[in-house]
Amino acid sequence: MLPVNLVVLVCLAYVAILFGVAFAGDRRARKDPTGWLSSPLVYTLSISIYCSSWTFFGSVGSAAKNGLEFLTIYLGPTIVFVGWWIFLRKLVTIGRIHHTTSIADFISARFGKSPALGALITILTLVAITPYIALQLKAITASFQVTTYPAGALVAASQRLEPDFVVAFWLAAGLCLFSIMFGVRNIDVNERHHGVIAAIAVEALVKLVAFLAVGIWVFATLSNAPDVMFRNAPVSLLNPEQGFGSRWVALCFLAGAAVICLPRQFQVTVVENSSDEQIRTASWMFPFYLFLMNLFVIPIAMAGLNYLPAGSDPDLFVLTLPMTNGQETIGLLAFIGGFSSATSMVIVSSIALSTMISNHIVMPVAMRFSLVPTGSGQSARNFILTARRMSIVFIIFLGFIYFWVSGTSDALASIGLISFCGLIQPLPSLVAGLYWQRATHRGALAGLAAGFLVWGYTLFLPSFEGAFLMSADVIENGPFGLTWLKPYALFGQDAYDPLVHALLWSMTVNIVLLVAVSLWREPTPLTRFQATLFIDVFRRQTERERGVIRRTARVADLRQIAGRILGPEETVRLFYLDGVGERAVIASDELLSLVETRLAAHVGAATARTLVSQVVTSETISVEELKRLAGEAEQIRAYSAELERKSRQVEATAAELAAANERLREIDVQKDEFLSQVSHEVRTPMTAIRSFSEILLTNRDLDEARKLHFLGIIQSESFRLTRLLDGILDLNVTEPGEQAWDMTVFDPEVAVEHAIATCEPLARAAGVRIRRGRRARHALVLGSQDRLAQVFINLISNAIKHNPNANPEVVVSSSIRANVTYEAKVADNGPGVAPMDRESIFRKFVRGAKAQQGGVGLGLAISRQIAERFGGELCIFDSKAGGAEFVVRLPLCTRDGAGSGHSTAV
Amino acid sequence: MTKTRVLIVEDEPSIVESLSFILRQAGFDTEIAVDGTEALQRLRRQVYSALILDLMLPGISGFDVLRTVRAEKALETLPVIVLTAKGQAADRKAAEDIGATAFITKPFSNADVVAQVRQLTGN
Repeated sequence: MLPVNLVVLVCLAYVAILFGVAFAGDRRARKDPTGWLSSPLVYTLSISIYCSSWTFFGSVGSAAKNGLEFLTIYLGPTIVFVGWWIFLRKLVTIGRIHHTTSIADFISARFGKSPALGALITILTLVAITPYIALQLKAITASFQVTTYPAGALVAASQRLEPDFVVAFWLAAGLCLFSIMFGVRNIDVNERHHGVIAAIAVEALVKLVAFLAVGIWVFATLSNAPDVMFRNAPVSLLNPEQGFGSRWVALCFLAGAAVICLPRQFQVTVVENSSDEQIRTASWMFPFYLFLMNLFVIPIAMAGLNYLPAGSDPDLFVLTLPMTNGQETIGLLAFIGGFSSATSMVIVSSIALSTMISNHIVMPVAMRFSLVPTGSGQSARNFILTARRMSIVFIIFLGFIYFWVSGTSDALASIGLISFCGLIQPLPSLVAGLYWQRATHRGALAGLAAGFLVWGYTLFLPSFEGAFLMSADVIENGPFGLTWLKPYALFGQDAYDPLVHALLWSMTVNIVLLVAVSLWREPTPLTRFQATLFIDVFRRQTERERGVIRRTARVADLRQIAGRILGPEETVRLFYLDGVGERAVIASDELLSLVETRLAAHVGAATARTLVSQVVTSETISVEELKRLAGEAEQIRAYSAELERKSRQVEATAAELAAANERLREIDVQKDEFLSQVSHEVRTPMTAIRSFSEILLTNRDLDEARKLHFLGIIQSESFRLTRLLDGILDLNVTEPGEQAWDMTVFDPEVAVEHAIATCEPLARAAGVRIRRGRRARHALVLGSQDRLAQVFINLISNAIKHNPNANPEVVVSSSIRANVTYEAKVADNGPGVAPMDRESIFRKFVRGAKAQQGGVGLGLAISRQIAERFGGELCIFDSKAGGAEFVVRLPLCTRDGAGSGHSTAV
Repeated sequence: MTKTRVLIVEDEPSIVESLSFILRQAGFDTEIAVDGTEALQRLRRQVYSALILDLMLPGISGFDVLRTVRAEKALETLPVIVLTAKGQAADRKAAEDIGATAFITKPFSNADVVAQVRQLTGN
């Protein structure tokens, strides 16, 4: 054993050295911010806080129990860093440009500076990280106890030691002190923690040296022939091919995600980053560091299994091996190495988390309830600093309490991976934030919350084995006996290891909700704008300042806000040296953005936005800008939709044109037909007139009777020409818009009787009988009596002329229908009209195929137009007698001319 | 000597009357058919020196009558004067193609008709 006082003294001396380094680091950084403190080497060493005590002691333990599986925890990060330009470079560049303060700030800023998102991530992180911090406290406490155990290291190694909570308490207190002194000196998170980083870099070297020392010593003195060394090796190590399964892949993914998402990793990798050069070097140097840390894991594990009594805790082999072999110096070095790993992890984690708590929980709540001091000077700054310090104490002691409550159980042993699984839930939102324009803050909130709940249900709560919130019965049989809800086998999926199962479900639910909710609602304009800034970070740097949302504020208000957070010195610098004149009364959007960016570096993007919003007097969204930023894809989509619409219009227009063209062509054909008809009809009487005139002129000696006969022919052919001309003129008169007719109210039966009387001689000559059928009584219609008579004359004379029946007959009947319509029918027993011709006979210039005698084929067209002019109609049907039946329908009206019923006409 | 016989095929009574009058006055013997069917019947029964044919006939059209006439061996060389009211180039061309010998367009000059018939019948 080592004397307690010696170990405590060494610890204190070591801590004193760290204080010295941190102090010197801070001083040097103030003089020369670009010196060796910003070198890629220091940056890389600080990233190696990834190797916490869980690594330092746990890797050997894991190798002794599970063989090569421990490698996955280092393979994941190695892949991420080796492929740094894929993801890390973008992440780090955005973090640098936007003065990101934490992972919560980063995601909240990306998704429209959503305060809810920042708060949610902070709370989730706090829940997931507390057991992890407890694990570190446990590791240091255990290593301290083993080192100083009165009965000797060999006994200590082989038995279970009750944790010494007094040691743990003072340890926690010391960590608080260090974190507060060097982590919360300034509220500007972006003004990097050079002192802490310097101390962390030293610790990284110490733990590496300590581990290598133990390894080399074991390798040099305890190694033996391989068959002896691997005598007690775990099965999985001897048969490594069995180890590569879903768990192997899951652990690689988990570790790769963790090296990005763990708050302490985000802090050192993104927040503390100052150049691309740093990340470029870290991309190979960090994997190399991990390689060295793992070089002697298997030799130490094998030696422990061989030389220590059965039942010894493999998690402490690093310490117990040298101690039991009398190598107390190496043992002390190993203790210091473990101490380094644990303290650096706790310090950076608590600093990162305290920033998140103060920026995303304390500040928003305080501002909401007006608790932030508004007085001049440093009061607001002091308020924030106090909030951070108290957060650190809160976080570390939360870990301590967790350790105290659960320290005696085995639950802590596996908490590292469980913690990882909870802490990587922001990953989908982070990745979507960098690459998917459409991702919204609602999607991120839903995915995160659901993923975290699934993690809690399937992994975190069951890990207490019934001691906390979830009973053993629920773990075994599912809640309310619902076996498909068993935490370790959701929906009966129990083929996996619990960790793989939880990772699979939580990530699936997380991603599905993120995508589904994002697609469900459009992103807000601010989210859209931020998305473009993040996603196009390498493309659009010069355009960053041009905002979608143009805001204005009074300069005086803005100065007051800035002064409260930034302090007088920086405020003066910001407002005068950065080229903003004092004369301006209204601050431009550019100045507002500048102030907001500066504030964001102190209190996070969401809080900074809230602060600035308090003094904003007007806010206008520039639609043009929004359109420009909406991305090419969307513009192209809009453009193609527009094209499609236009092409549809063009198609419709083309169809209309084609129809019109077709109609014109038809009209043209009809015109030709008409002209040839007219030509024929005119030439026939003209021929007779000319011929007989010539006969009369050249034959003066004709007898009187002959002369008279010929003159009679000339006269009747002249009448025929006149009728023809009248028909053509009628056609014009009935065209809509032509001259008005004298419209009177009259009984249509009068027109019918007149028509029958007129056609009587024609009928007699042709041997056709005209029969009168039913008569409508007291019918009144509005129109021209003469014109209506013309319609009936046309119909009756057609029926007479085109009837080759042996007993030709025309029946004229009329009636009143439904009290609103007068209906007259002219039916014959002739051959009828073929169905295909029924519409065309009403067209101008067209005669029925069989119609040969008389008329110019204008009669029906004119008749229909007259009927329509009176608000009625003229159509054709088959008559009962087998011939054609023409029906005239006219709306009835009252004596004063008002229409009865709805069919008021004209 | 027997008079030269001419067949007039026309459905308009006034035109039939005027054609008959002027041709008879000029010394021809005229016979009349009011449609295509009657015209073909007469042509098969009697020998005519010339045929005056209206194209717009009820029933069988003037074109069909002409086509039938030209298809019959005995009537192959019969001079056919086509009467048309339309006077359109298309109709004239169509009639020419199927064997019309001469054309008279309505309204015609009586002297022209007589001269045309005289020329074709060799009188």
